Amino acid sequence: MGDTSGAVGRSVPRREGDDKVTGRARYTDDLVVSGAWYGRTIRSGIPRGRVRGITYDPAFDWSRVVVVTAQDIPGDNVVQLIRDDQPALAASEVRHREEPILLVAAPDRDSLAAAERAIHIEYDAAAPVFDMAQATETYSTIEIIKGEVVEAFKGAEVVVERSFRVGLQEQLYIEPQGAIAIPEPGGRIKVIGSLQCPYYVHRALKRALALTDEQAVVIQAETGGGFGGKEEYPSIVAIHAALLARKAGRPVRLIYDRHEDLAATTKRHPGVIRHRTGVKRDGTLVAQDIEIVLDGGAYCTLTPVVLSRAAIHAAGPYACPNVRIRARAVATNTPPNGAFRGFGAPQSLFAAELMVEHVAERLGVSSLDLRRKWMLRIGDTTATGQTLTESVSSEMVLDAALKAAPPFHLSNVPSVRRGRGLSLVFHGSGFTGSGEKKLGGKVAVEALPDGTFTILTASTEIGQGTKTIFTQIAADALGVPLEQVTVAPQDTSLVPDSGPTVASRTAMIVGGLIHEAAEELRDRLANRSKPKLPLRVDKSYVQPDTIHWDDQTYRGDAYPVYAWACTIVDVEVDMLTGEVRVTDLVSAVDCGKAIHPVMAEGQIEGGMLQAVGWATIEEIKMTDGGYQNDRLATYLIPTALDAPRIRTILVENPYSGGPFGAKGIGELPMDGPAPAIIAAIHDATGVWLDEVPATPEKVLAACASR
Amino acid sequence: MRFTLNESTVSLDVAGTRRLLDVLREDLHVTGTKEGCGEGECGACSVLIDGEVVNSCLVAVGQVDGCSVVTVEGLALPDGKLSALQQAFIERGAAQCGICTPGMLLAAHALLQENPQPTADEVRVGLAGNLCRCTGYTKIIDAVLACRR
Amino acid sequence: MPQVAHLQPRDVADAVRLYRDTPDARLLAGGTDLMVMVHAGTVRPRALVDLWSLAELKGIRHVDGVVEIGAAESYTGIIGSALVAEHCPALVAASRTIGAAQIQNRGTLGGNLANASPAGDTLPVLLAADAVVVTDRRTIPIADFFWSYRKTALGSGEIIVAVRLPAAARGVRFRKVGTRAAQAISKVVIAVSREPARVALGSVAEVPLRARGAEAALARGDVGGAVAALAADIRPIDDVRSTADYRRMVAQNVLRDLLDGPSRR
Repeated sequence: MGDTSGAVGRSVPRREGDDKVTGRARYTDDLVVSGAWYGRTIRSGIPRGRVRGITYDPAFDWSRVVVVTAQDIPGDNVVQLIRDDQPALAASEVRHREEPILLVAAPDRDSLAAAERAIHIEYDAAAPVFDMAQATETYSTIEIIKGEVVEAFKGAEVVVERSFRVGLQEQLYIEPQGAIAIPEPGGRIKVIGSLQCPYYVHRALKRALALTDEQAVVIQAETGGGFGGKEEYPSIVAIHAALLARKAGRPVRLIYDRHEDLAATTKRHPGVIRHRTGVKRDGTLVAQDIEIVLDGGAYCTLTPVVLSRAAIHAAGPYACPNVRIRARAVATNTPPNGAFRGFGAPQSLFAAELMVEHVAERLGVSSLDLRRKWMLRIGDTTATGQTLTESVSSEMVLDAALKAAPPFHLSNVPSVRRGRGLSLVFHGSGFTGSGEKKLGGKVAVEALPDGTFTILTASTEIGQGTKTIFTQIAADALGVPLEQVTVAPQDTSLVPDSGPTVASRTAMIVGGLIHEAAEELRDRLANRSKPKLPLRVDKSYVQPDTIHWDDQTYRGDAYPVYAWACTIVDVEVDMLTGEVRVTDLVSAVDCGKAIHPVMAEGQIEGGMLQAVGWATIEEIKMTDGGYQNDRLATYLIPTALDAPRIRTILVENPYSGGPFGAKGIGELPMDGPAPAIIAAIHDATGVWLDEVPATPEKVLAACASR
Repeated sequence: MRFTLNESTVSLDVAGTRRLLDVLREDLHVTGTKEGCGEGECGACSVLIDGEVVNSCLVAVGQVDGCSVVTVEGLALPDGKLSALQQAFIERGAAQCGICTPGMLLAAHALLQENPQPTADEVRVGLAGNLCRCTGYTKIIDAVLACRR
Repeated sequence: MPQVAHLQPRDVADAVRLYRDTPDARLLAGGTDLMVMVHAGTVRPRALVDLWSLAELKGIRHVDGVVEIGAAESYTGIIGSALVAEHCPALVAASRTIGAAQIQNRGTLGGNLANASPAGDTLPVLLAADAVVVTDRRTIPIADFFWSYRKTALGSGEIIVAVRLPAAARGVRFRKVGTRAAQAISKVVIAVSREPARVALGSVAEVPLRARGAEAALARGDVGGAVAALAADIRPIDDVRSTADYRRMVAQNVLRDLLDGPSRR
């Protein structure tokens, strides 16, 4: 089969599809490792305090198991990320009720459970802080200034103020977290795990276990979903598994069950966003003053970067001459929050989009007209002063969604009301500001003697189609059939650090590097009559000199380019029960170029349903610093019976800086549905909610008090 | 105890109250069946027992004595080729991360056996016990509908 | 720790004997509740007496003008039964709201009755239908079955063998309100009948219960009075799923709708 006529743009079969539909795919817990013991994390029972002492029941035979405490950590007792504040194991101070105190490994699950029951930890409790408003520690503050907001409000004829609240959300990958650590000769430790970022884990292992680059080996197993939940958290699982394996002198499997995963792992940052918007009576947007407070939980993790993305997107996809965004993230004694698809943008865009609705209502105009008036177009500048020079699809996606939306019809059941809502969002592709430059992501493409080509990258397949689209890009750039291109395993001893699989960067940035490497390889092969194989081309990310960002003033080109989406939702509100059912969802999305249309649609459909869940039924209630919703019977995500009919329109407005014009798509789908649903609920009932999730309890109470 | 697993006979001497899920994965090393929650909420552990789709995390292995058990490994055709349903899942993008896929395929298979021409709504009802976080269910429903006879 | 023993009785009489004579034994049917608890360690039986395959406990039949459902018949069997569809369509409707296909294929009336969860979806239908619980030794009217939180009238060693639905079961109407459309524990579940006046609810007290005040008003034909009286009949709480206020409001709204509203989709 010598079809070289372009794999990009075709929905070719998923590279690992056969394995996934036959049960051959091997996820972490499927791997058989001979002689492996089982590990478990023993966690704090109090939200704040100090460990006074640990007693080990002498009636238990401790020689049967291995126990690891902070004292056993050979390197730094730190989970390497941004700030060195989170210990791998608490030595004394405890800051949240799921904080890991010690680890146990045993040959079988019964012994493990018995050992756990024989360990007693005593604490000196301290007064915890659960409410963001009472927080005394700040992780990060960001201020974005454009024009002169205070002055500008004086010229505003109408001012609208509103406050919005966004809730926690669990990523709910169907495969729980897990890692297997295997000690090997020469002080090597190999960790195989369910993860998105092999090199994040690699760095964390080196630091905590005092390993060299070669001694730490991290291999990504087939991973059953991540959504950001496996961006940074797996470093903790890996360090714990490795510590146990090192002490036990044998492999250790540390696989979380769903309850532990729900109770202890990172969640989406909840927060409060306040808007003050000033306009002229004719609807001209004059000034936006925005305050954001996000709850980072007990440790910093990635909070400053989440805050950054939230702040940069906070003004919405609109051109406003005067903007002030003041954002801060604070600490509470709740389990640390972390990365989740959208990474701050769904939170701030929720507020921004609803503000359009409220201003429109105050002025007595349609919010659609207001969006057309305000939306960013080519040549406009964003809140950070970035001039958008290409691939700006605000109007394209708006028109496409409106055209594709099914005819709206009212309910024929008296106790059920139907409504429709719309949102317009954008999402920056790639790392913020100077992030990509600092990452310096690397890939390689190699021509092998057998005539095949292999792609060497640490970017992971977590369902979104990485392996497939990379082979499409490389095959087309090389001018060879798809079947001749393979992807090397995501094993840090084999592949370079392409940067993490996050931030909607995989297609655009890493795919772009692969494209470059493959083209160069093709040229080099063409220039020789008998090329010496294997022949390898390495590429490192170099930031185009057209991108200017100032970390100090937080001004400039926040992202190389933005992707765009317009989402229209139809809801049914049961006036007897307050239940909100999203029946139809239409979204027009511009991701520059859909390398694989079916997979691009898949990202959109899946991301939007996650946003629907966040907006409606995914509620987390806290008690004493812990989540009440800590089982799958109580943390509810949409089933097939809850999911709306979803229609996706791919709009292609290519970006010159992306491979074949591609921008990012992974997170954008998370941004649109929530505000559209709130607007639809209002359309149906006349009631405005200001928060998500818009649970039936809140909807019914709001309707009753009308 | 004896039962058929994907048309082969299995004889085991194990405690009858162990979960069928664990016996499949750990004793028989048939790992296509996944544990997503251990509470019967997610369907990732779905298997067929005498043609009915059930959560294997809720079945005591002693209860399948004399029964026919089918896991995802038993769905392919006798010559090893993928079934129409498996093929449709790949072609239509119904499998992304793949962790829900084995359970989803078995639930879909059971549905089509019972009702060869389901409507989209009937497909949703039939798959309501299988959680998927990646796809939004859209392409899964498309794939099942594509296999109507 | 010794493994939990799996005991397989030959028939009901054998099951009764095993259950009575084995220390720390629990009854296993479809396992949809029990297997979760055993795995999580919240119950630690020494043996499970397995009723799932006993033919005497399966089947749905007509006996003396009454429909009798085997205690270990699955909800799938109930949903597909023409007899139940004719004699108590509300039980079919309630069964359809339990879990999804996987749970319906293994869940049983006997299991749900013995468990006596206040949120059991079919239990209010049985209450509204004046069902009769048949055990190995006697019959128990359903109104006398639920004593307190997860405690029933079942004596030591007593096994439920069937549930009988009298003729009046035909008129029962049902609605469940849960967090999502499938696989959801109810926030409020309600079954009503006009003739005789029956108002039964789940998830609004520590037991599935009959709302006697509402029933008295309904028996007089006073729908408004029934809805008002309901508030005092129930004792909902705030919990992980919902709030007392919501449950009260929704119970009243749904009762009014079931009695007075147009027939539901």
